[in-house]
Amino acid sequence: MRYSIFTLLAHAVAGNRRWPPAWRDAEPKTAYDVVIVGGGGHGLATAYYLARVHGITNVAVLEKSWIGSGSVGRNTTIIRSNYLLPGNIPFYEWSLKLWEGLEQDINYNAMVSQRGTLNLFHTDAQRDAFVRRGNAMRLHEVDAELLDLAALRRFVPFLDFDNARFPIRGGMLQRRGGTVRHDAVAWGYARAADRLGVDIIQNCEVTGIRIERGRAVGVETSRGYIAAGKVGLACAGDSSRVAAMAGLRLPIESHVLQAFVTEGLKPVVPCVITFGAGHFYVSQSDKGSLVFGGDLDGYNSYAQRGNLPTVEDVCESGMALMPCLGRVRMLRSWGGIMDMSMDGSPIIDRTLVERLYLNAGWCYGGFKATPASGWCFAHLLARDEPHPVGAAYRLDRFAAGRVIDEKGQGPHPNRH
Amino acid sequence: MRIPCPHCGSRGHDEFAYYGDAAPQRPDPAAADAERAFCEYVYLRDNPAGVHRELWYHAHGCQSWLIVERDTRSHAIGRVLDARARLDGAP
Repeated sequence: MRYSIFTLLAHAVAGNRRWPPAWRDAEPKTAYDVVIVGGGGHGLATAYYLARVHGITNVAVLEKSWIGSGSVGRNTTIIRSNYLLPGNIPFYEWSLKLWEGLEQDINYNAMVSQRGTLNLFHTDAQRDAFVRRGNAMRLHEVDAELLDLAALRRFVPFLDFDNARFPIRGGMLQRRGGTVRHDAVAWGYARAADRLGVDIIQNCEVTGIRIERGRAVGVETSRGYIAAGKVGLACAGDSSRVAAMAGLRLPIESHVLQAFVTEGLKPVVPCVITFGAGHFYVSQSDKGSLVFGGDLDGYNSYAQRGNLPTVEDVCESGMALMPCLGRVRMLRSWGGIMDMSMDGSPIIDRTLVERLYLNAGWCYGGFKATPASGWCFAHLLARDEPHPVGAAYRLDRFAAGRVIDEKGQGPHPNRH
Repeated sequence: MRIPCPHCGSRGHDEFAYYGDAAPQRPDPAAADAERAFCEYVYLRDNPAGVHRELWYHAHGCQSWLIVERDTRSHAIGRVLDARARLDGAP
């Protein structure tokens, strides 16, 4: 059933008692052409584009829990393509273009809000770095603007411009960046993929990968063995665990990232703002809550919670940026499992096991990449060659010295 | 999360800097497979969901390097050794 104002009214008149499920609760078949392990944003987007772009519909998405239970349902909702390196910019820009057309494409309201992402800077050197980044973006035909103090005072007057320790010198703005409602992305892609024939199978944990003569032939699951022509792993923070089932070690450490939501406030923050003197980013949801976060805790973790020193650090950054937050109450905090890669950039590639493909290493930046990740992974699964915008995300780039290190921090996952 | 430093006692984890997995051993650069071994040493990790032997530096305390056994699923900490124990043959 297509969502439209007409179906909305028709169901309202009927007392909203006959809405069909957004996707089937499919029973797993014994075999599929493609099995995608991981029902998060990337896995679901991959399944959708496999069906829509490549006409491959005999596909199952296997999710160990409920779809959206991982990072896609718990992130800080930011979308942007303001990256520095040529291996990254075209990919994230393609993702942003897909975001711009997504709601019409999947017939689902994902609340794509291009309210702008603003990166503040506080020193001359930092300004130079953002000018360099903005020019790199412009060279790839991506929008970027430099705002001076006068422009910032008009746009975001509530910032602490007089902060002696972290004076605000200006900011780089990408107007086409913004936020998207994360749950809707999971549900929208699931529904769209299901309508094209993809089976979305929840509560189905992959416990093993069956390999015969060096080739992946299927997956053992909590709901039985499922044969597969190709197996695509999109397991985010669990990537190392699942790849180990195929005897693979990855250039990834799983780290906890915390995020926070405040009580609802009247409209204050018009865009996404990132602090330049500390790792802190904030936006305001349509319910009025401030949604914010900062650095990783810094140690390997699968616990899906972090510790209080990080909470204190993040709140201190928020106070330095917007002292008006001082009386605001925090409503919720949580932690997720980030697949931090050794250069801070993702991997979309084949593996040494034939017919086994890997999509991982998204660090804490996977949400904005959801459409392009699905697009590129579907292309790789369908055609056995990388899509041009994701061609740099090779697993062998580490051995070849072609790392994509935006922060210049080297092989230390917790510094990216 | 508190880490029991053998020299300083139980301290909050924010007194320490985290390095990572203590398991990787620097390969012999003269070995025949040195290039592959170094690539694995620098880039590949077990990344277990379970007990993890890892290196922490007591930056705001005694400045010792510690080998800490910690369960990455619960953050529960087991044995903690000064890394100098490796000079005496500890793993």
